[in-house]
Amino acid sequence: MDLIPMRDGFMLAAALFALGLIGVLVRRNVIFILMSIEVMLNAAGLAFVVAGARWGQPDGQVVFLFILAMAAAEVSVGLALVLELYHQCKSLDTDAISRMKG
Amino acid sequence: MTIVFYVASAVAIVSTALMVTRLHAVHALLYLIVSLLAISVVFYTLGAPFIAALEVIIYAGAIMVLFVFVVMLLNLGEQAARAERALLKPSMWTGPLILAGVLMAELVYLLAAGSGGSSRGAMIGPRGVGASLFGPYLIGVELASMLLLGGLVGAYHLGWRKAPKPEVR
Amino acid sequence: MLELLWLVPGIPFAGALVLAVLGARMSHKSVTTVGVGSVAASAIISILIAAAFLSAPPAGSTYTQTLWTWIDVGSFRPQIAFYLDALSLVMMLVVTFVSFLIHLYSAEFMRTDEGYSRFFAYMNLFVACMVTLLLADNLLLLYLGWEGVGLCSYLLIGFWYQDPVNGLAGRKAFIVTRVGDTAMAIGLFVLFHSLGTLRIQGLLHAAQVQWSTGSAYAIAAAALLLGGAVGKSAQLPLQTWLPDAMAGPTPTSALIHAATMVTAGVYLIARTHVLFELAPPVQFAVAAIGAATLLMAGFSALTQNDIKRVLAYSTISQIGYMFLALGVGAWGAAIFHFMTHAFFKALLFLAAGIIIEALHHEHNIFRMGGLRNELPVAFWTFLIAGCSLAGLPLITAGYYSKDLILWSAGSSAAGSTGLWAAGIAGVVLTSLYTFRLIFLVFFGPVRTSVTRRPGLAMTIPVCVLALLSIVGGFDKAPFARFIATALPTLPEAVGGITETLSSIFAALAFLCGLLGAWFVYQRNPSLATAMVENPAGRLLHRFWFSDWGMDWLYDRLFVRPVVWIARVNKADVVDSIYVGLANLATFCYRVLSFTETGKLRWYAAWIAGGAVAFVAVVMFL
Repeated sequence: MDLIPMRDGFMLAAALFALGLIGVLVRRNVIFILMSIEVMLNAAGLAFVVAGARWGQPDGQVVFLFILAMAAAEVSVGLALVLELYHQCKSLDTDAISRMKG
Repeated sequence: MTIVFYVASAVAIVSTALMVTRLHAVHALLYLIVSLLAISVVFYTLGAPFIAALEVIIYAGAIMVLFVFVVMLLNLGEQAARAERALLKPSMWTGPLILAGVLMAELVYLLAAGSGGSSRGAMIGPRGVGASLFGPYLIGVELASMLLLGGLVGAYHLGWRKAPKPEVR
Repeated sequence: MLELLWLVPGIPFAGALVLAVLGARMSHKSVTTVGVGSVAASAIISILIAAAFLSAPPAGSTYTQTLWTWIDVGSFRPQIAFYLDALSLVMMLVVTFVSFLIHLYSAEFMRTDEGYSRFFAYMNLFVACMVTLLLADNLLLLYLGWEGVGLCSYLLIGFWYQDPVNGLAGRKAFIVTRVGDTAMAIGLFVLFHSLGTLRIQGLLHAAQVQWSTGSAYAIAAAALLLGGAVGKSAQLPLQTWLPDAMAGPTPTSALIHAATMVTAGVYLIARTHVLFELAPPVQFAVAAIGAATLLMAGFSALTQNDIKRVLAYSTISQIGYMFLALGVGAWGAAIFHFMTHAFFKALLFLAAGIIIEALHHEHNIFRMGGLRNELPVAFWTFLIAGCSLAGLPLITAGYYSKDLILWSAGSSAAGSTGLWAAGIAGVVLTSLYTFRLIFLVFFGPVRTSVTRRPGLAMTIPVCVLALLSIVGGFDKAPFARFIATALPTLPEAVGGITETLSSIFAALAFLCGLLGAWFVYQRNPSLATAMVENPAGRLLHRFWFSDWGMDWLYDRLFVRPVVWIARVNKADVVDSIYVGLANLATFCYRVLSFTETGKLRWYAAWIAGGAVAFVAVVMFL
């Protein structure tokens, strides 16, 4: 097994996280926002795995497992909400559902 | 092995970038799946085969499929894609790009300053992960199961359509 | 018998309570019974007490009756206690008796007024407070009575409250006397602080022991008490309220603003005479104020055309005589003049009330005339009272009392020829305006016809008072002996004017005024108009008519600045601090509510921005 520098692993995670963040902030379609959030979650999990590989322990993988479980639960509920939203407002534009303003 | 890591990283970044800029939801989903598969390869090079498998099976195989189902259910069509084009004006990109750019710069700065290190190179397979899960991280497993139960109940409740009630006189 | 002392203020107080609570539901007759009866009972009890006091004087010629302890805080324990000596006995007698006569009179005078029970409630309360003031054993109880009579004065001046002019007059009276009351309160603080007690006898004794003549404390305390007396007795410079107080009903003017309340200042100074003896500059100020006021008011009375205002200025002038007597140390003479003045001034007002009612509420003397035959009762009683006021020699009470004052002013150690001359000039003026009034009202052609003759309830009091105005002065010597048990007598004359000389001059002054008035108003009425038409005469007339411009002066000095400040502060500087805080909070709210757009991406952007900032902080700090 060749050694991969930590720095590069973390850089990859950072880059993916930043891309996911751009996706959340730019897109107005709620499906795209959810997808970008998945990307960010994945990037965070990648960082954990990289750290675990650095120390040669399974802890990083365990945490990634938990993140995976959490992402699954979040996606299921989130998509159910998206369907409900589409039913109520006939649109997936998040800017259109801004009735709770001050 | 290192070369595999770098190629897979490049694929992941490119496909994620493409995913963010697509107009069709289905196209974006497919690019996302490609990105996830590339990440799985990265996991393998880091010595986490179990997680690499799980990434494909669960993340790309279950979560993304869920996304695909919902997008198909919504049946958005061509007119949604045109609406998306109208929404994605170049001026929309400046703010987020600046914000993400600053964040990226900070992270790069932090990472460049650190000493880092390298991966050990050893493969930690399912046995090692399992021993850890049912040993020190047992409570995490229980909590995760409760979380999944919560998600299950929530999704069921939200998805249940009420039958129209007959009028009560 | 002396134990009944507490009933003298107590019965009118109870009467006032009954009338205040039940008056609206009582019949006219029962209101009259309670209102007049309570004061009658008070007068009868005072007479009985006086008889008992004179026949068997108690030890030291004083009697104290303590009812209960009012306040009990540390060393400060004033009590509700009444102190009876010659001074308070005389004043109590005069006040209750004259009050009874005036209440009887007002039973008929106010019979058609719709506030009948309210009137008697106020009058009874006034009598109760006045007697409390006179009998008070300590200065705090005296101050209670002082404030009480001030309140009743305000209520009664503004009795016909539907007319805002009356309310204004009442407010003016209250505010001007308040200035004096505040000075008096500060005087009480000074006295308590330095002497440790407010019990009058104890206080005077301690002052004599602790303070030397002319010490700063004595001067301060005496000057502050003088301030209070000046306000209540309508002397310079606080005399502007009394002429306007004539807006009240005539019985009120007779009782409060002639015979009793306005003499409370005289009583105060007489009561605390030790303090004034310890402060010679202040005592001289008393005499100076008295002399100046009696002349000023005399000139003002010459020009008035409202019958009640002439009598008001006359009251101010006569109280000036009492202050003059107090200022030269003739304490007994001042009280003697108070007694005779109460008789003839109340009589003047009551007779004027008869005239006013008979002519259907006409107040202007230039529209009266020839009432000599139409209203004989009013004419003879008014004439007797006017002669007593001006000092007709030998047969009127006023002559004896005024003579005593003049002689004391001229011959005592503290007096001087200047003060005596001022007094004599005052006699000329008094005689002049009194007979001007009599000639204009009762002689000459009838200008307004009489619509109503007085009944029995109005005739009896005026006749009794007329009798007292004649015989009241004959007891000068026994009175002086009696009052000497409470007040120090004047040391024997050191020279200056002798008594006989002073009497002759006083009689001459009286004649001067009488002849002058007869000449100008009876013989050549056109002369009066000619004097006023003359430009110098017109200026003088206007000057004296407006009370030497004092109302104008006070308006410019005090009223306008305060009103200006109130108008400028309409936005209320202090309030704007609190309002400003509220406005600031509202402003912050409006600014922050812009962050609640309801847009998901906006919130996400802020979260991301916050995370970026947080990382930066961690990095660089």
